Formats: sequence, structure tokens, C-alpha cells
Amino acid sequence: MKIFGYILITLIASVPPHLAKAEEDIFAEYRAMFGDDSPAVLVEMDGEALWSAPGGEKNVSLETCDLGLGPGVVDGAYAQLPRYFSDTDKVMDLETRLLWCMETIQGMDTFELHDRPFSEQGSAQTALEQLSAFIAARSNGVQINVPQGHPKEVEAFESGRRLFNFRAGPHDFSCATCHSQDGKRIRLQSLLQLNDPKGAKQSFSTWPAYRISQGPFELLNGEWPTAPDNKDSRAGLWIRVCN
Amino acid sequence: MKHFTFVRLSFALPILFLVGCAANSNNPVADELPQARDPLSTSFKALGQAGLERLQQDDTQRICSEYEGRELPTDLMMAIIKSSTDSVVFPADGNFMGDWETGKKIAETGTGLQSNDDPSIPNGGNCYACHQMAPDEFAYGTLGLPLVNYGKLRGTSEAILKYTWTRLWNSHAYNACSHMPRFGANGVLSEQQLKDVMAFLFDPKSPVNKEVAVQ
Ligand code: HEC
Ligand code: HEC
Repeated sequence: MKIFGYILITLIASVPPHLAKAEEDIFAEYRAMFGDDSPAVLVEMDGEALWSAPGGEKNVSLETCDLGLGPGVVDGAYAQLPRYFSDTDKVMDLETRLLWCMETIQGMDTFELHDRPFSEQGSAQTALEQLSAFIAARSNGVQINVPQGHPKEVEAFESGRRLFNFRAGPHDFSCATCHSQDGKRIRLQSLLQLNDPKGAKQSFSTWPAYRISQGPFELLNGEWPTAPDNKDSRAGLWIRVCN
Repeated sequence: MKHFTFVRLSFALPILFLVGCAANSNNPVADELPQARDPLSTSFKALGQAGLERLQQDDTQRICSEYEGRELPTDLMMAIIKSSTDSVVFPADGNFMGDWETGKKIAETGTGLQSNDDPSIPNGGNCYACHQMAPDEFAYGTLGLPLVNYGKLRGTSEAILKYTWTRLWNSHAYNACSHMPRFGANGVLSEQQLKDVMAFLFDPKSPVNKEVAVQ
């Protein structure tokens, strides 16, 4: 999406008309690609190994990391992120929290991960991607329920909504330009209505996701104007909260 | 226009390919709207031709961001329509029509203005991203209205030519907070490119105006 799916759009543009319908079906199918035979499963396994492997200056694992449901609790944690953490007095999303745990619990040097949190097309997954895949998978089937009890969580939600609607640049685009109506397309590519619970859920319950138009694995954060070392993670929060 | 202070720049996310430009209305009501704040200023760094000035909104962008999805108060709506109408520059030679074949390529091309695009190559209009145009092109988007047989259905009166030119130059002149990019006002397409796109819409030989095949 860094290039707004233009790669894909270009690809689609060259599809002969009689194949167009088939192409559309492929897009519907790719959202279903998160089952057992998805390439993401391998990444999840790498992440699981990383989670319990000792590392950093302190040579300990991440297993005591508190993802919001208590130290070491992984099951269901992703479905309640981003959230407020009192130990940092910040709203943190999964990636931000993981980096914080690596730094404080393990004494890990995260400079490189801050610099390059997500893998480029064709290159190996970063530790952050592997860990996120593992943790997100352990929320499969869990109702998304992002907390809104703390004022900072409410503030993050509002800020995310503002970002979603922020129009700027030579094309005057905001996320809302493409994602605020149901059943619309860019070229042949169907767009999800992300300011609506139905569309938001469809997208969020399948993140971090296997993408057809980008490298094998990509985290939601990579797609948004938020970054893992950001003060808080807003755009993500807003849409997750729609559920 | 207020300016962001860029405290710390960390990640390059060329998602918003933005440029601050175009009309400022000096509307006092607009000035009272809050600006979207720091996540933008801390999450972007300049990359290629995508400079940080793209994060600065003009009044139209700011008002439309604030009211996205909701109806604008009449005074703001009128202010946008007026400044957008005033922004339109009609062709100096009074001729609206260029070459439809060049226009066809512009309508099909989606590159331009992104950080990884070569600024010396002319921008595309990417019209097919949002509009159905030639009836035999199936890879069209649906964010905009179908423009099939545009010239054939509307004719080429002075009024319709001016209307269409205005739509392309600054669509907000007819619909405040339109989702269509301001191709002329924001300098996305040149005057000659706009003429070529006009020809693609109006020329009787253009595929846009071909018979629609009966199924
Ligand atoms: C010009 C159109 C356009 C704009 C603007 C845009 N998107 Fe998208 N978005 C797309 C397209 C096309 C896809 C499908 C692309 C793909 O599969 O790679 C997409 C996919 C997505 C997805 C994945 C949905 C899924 O399939 O699960 C998310 C999440 C998303 N966009 C969020 C955003 C956010 C947040 C913004 C603003 C920062 C934004 N988009 C702005 C066109 C757009
Ligand atoms: C990001 C989406 C988008 C792109 C790209 C876009 N348009 Fe539009 N266009 C729209 C929308 C939405 C409307 C409906 C306008 C409104 O009410 O604001 C529209 C309206 C129009 C109209 C007026 C139609 C009528 O029936 O009165 C014309 C003509 C037009 N577009 C031509 C073009 C051309 C030519 C291009 C490319 C150079 C283009 N558009 C690119 C979204 C887009």
C-alpha cells in the first residue's frame, strides 16, 4: 500500500476483460488465505520460538512481557490492543509494546528494528513481524475489544479518526477518500469501508496479513502514518475501536 | 496557513503524497478549526519529491478533513465553492480540445508525484482508478461516476466544455469537498494535458464515445 496498490492496479489494467471477473474472485479469496496453509504460519512459528528464546544483554526471554492482560499472557492480548499501559503512561500498540519489552526486559538493542521495523519485499521477516504474527494468531477467533476506559485511549481514538480524515497533498487524498463508502473499487480492486464496523472488522481480524500486492508479510503499522516508536498508535486504534 | 513543527522525523511512509498549494480563502471560520496534530509531524520524513510541505493543508483540505462525511455549514460550503471557482484558469487560446490519444494515456496512467516517481516524467491523471470511461475498458474504479459516452451524451456546447474544464481544474467548484483531485488547481496536470483529457472525453473518435456494445 505504500504505493497505494498501484503495482496491482497496473497489473490488473493489463488483464484481458474476460478474465476480469476471475481476477475479482481472486481478491475475495486472498482474504481467506489466513488458514493453515498460509505462508504466515511459518512466520508465526518463528515468532513463537523468538518469544521464548533468551536474548538481549540480560539474556532472558520475552515471556514475562505484559501485553495488557498480565505478564506473559498472550492468548487474546492482540484483540485488546492498542491500549493504555500505566508503566509507560502511554497508549501502545502491539509493535510499540514489543519493542518496549525487548528494551526493558531483555536489554535488547532495538536500534535496527526502530530503523527498519518491517521487511522489504523479498527479504526475510523482521523479529517484530515474526513476534507480531505469533501473538496476533493467538487471538484468532477472539472478539476484537479495544479498551476505551482511559482518557488517553479516548484521545488516541479521536486522533486516529482525525488522521483517517486528514486530506492533504497534490491529490487531496485521505484514507476516507477510498475507504468511506461500501462496495467501491479502485480500478478492479475492491475497497473496504474502514469507518464502518463491518469493513473494519474484515480488515482487522485478518491482520497482520498475507498480502498479494506486497511482500509476503506486512504489519498494519507499516501501512499507517504511525510508527512503532511513536508516542501512541492512533489511526490503528481508531479503526480497531470501530468493532 | 499554520505550519507544523517537525520535532523528530523517524519513518518514511509515503502514504500521503501531499503538497501544500492552491487557494487560501482567508476565511475566519476556517481558522478556528483545529489542526490534525503531532502523529503526522513525528511519523514522516521527506523522501524524493515528497517533501514535508505536503503535510500542510490549505483551507479547503482543512475544512473538508474536519467535516469529512458530514454536511458543511453553508458559509464554509459557499467559501469553498467560491475560492474553487475563482481558482479556475481557462485555456489562454480559448481552445479546450487537445489530442484524444494522448488524453487516453493520461487517463490510464497512475504514476506521478510519489516519492519514487521520476519528477521529469509527466504525471498521469489516473482517471480509470475512479471512473468508467471507454466502454471496452473493464478495469475501472467506481469512486466516481461513469463517464461512458461522455461527449456523445452531453454535446460540446461552450457551457458543457467550461463545466468539464472546471471539474478537472477544481471539482470543489461544483461540490465542496468533492473526492476528485484538483488536477488543475494543484498542478497535477498541465494545461496541455487537461486539453488532451478533454479530447478523450469529447472527441467523436475517442473510444469514450464508441457505441456501447449491446449484451
Ligand atoms: C487512493 C486510494 C486509497 C487511499 C487514499 C487509501 N487506501 Fe487503503 N487501500 C487502497 C487499496 C486499493 C487497497 C487494497 C490494496 C492491497 O491489497 O494492497 C487498500 C487496502 C487497505 C487496507 C487493507 C484492507 C484489507 O484488505 O484488509 C487497509 C487497512 C487500508 N487500506 C488502510 C488505509 C489507511 C489507514 C489509509 C490512509 C492513511 C488508506 N488506506 C488510504 C486504496 C487506498
Ligand atoms: C479519486 C477519485 C477520482 C479521480 C482519480 C478522478 N475523479 Fe472524476 N470524479 C470523482 C468523483 C467522486 C466525482 C463526482 C464528483 C462530485 O460530486 O464531486 C467525479 C466527477 C467527474 C466529472 C463530472 C461528471 C459529471 O457527470 O458531471 C468529470 C467530467 C470527471 N470526474 C472527470 C475525471 C477525469 C477526466 C479524471 C482524470 C484526469 C478524473 N475525473 C479523476 C472522482 C475522481
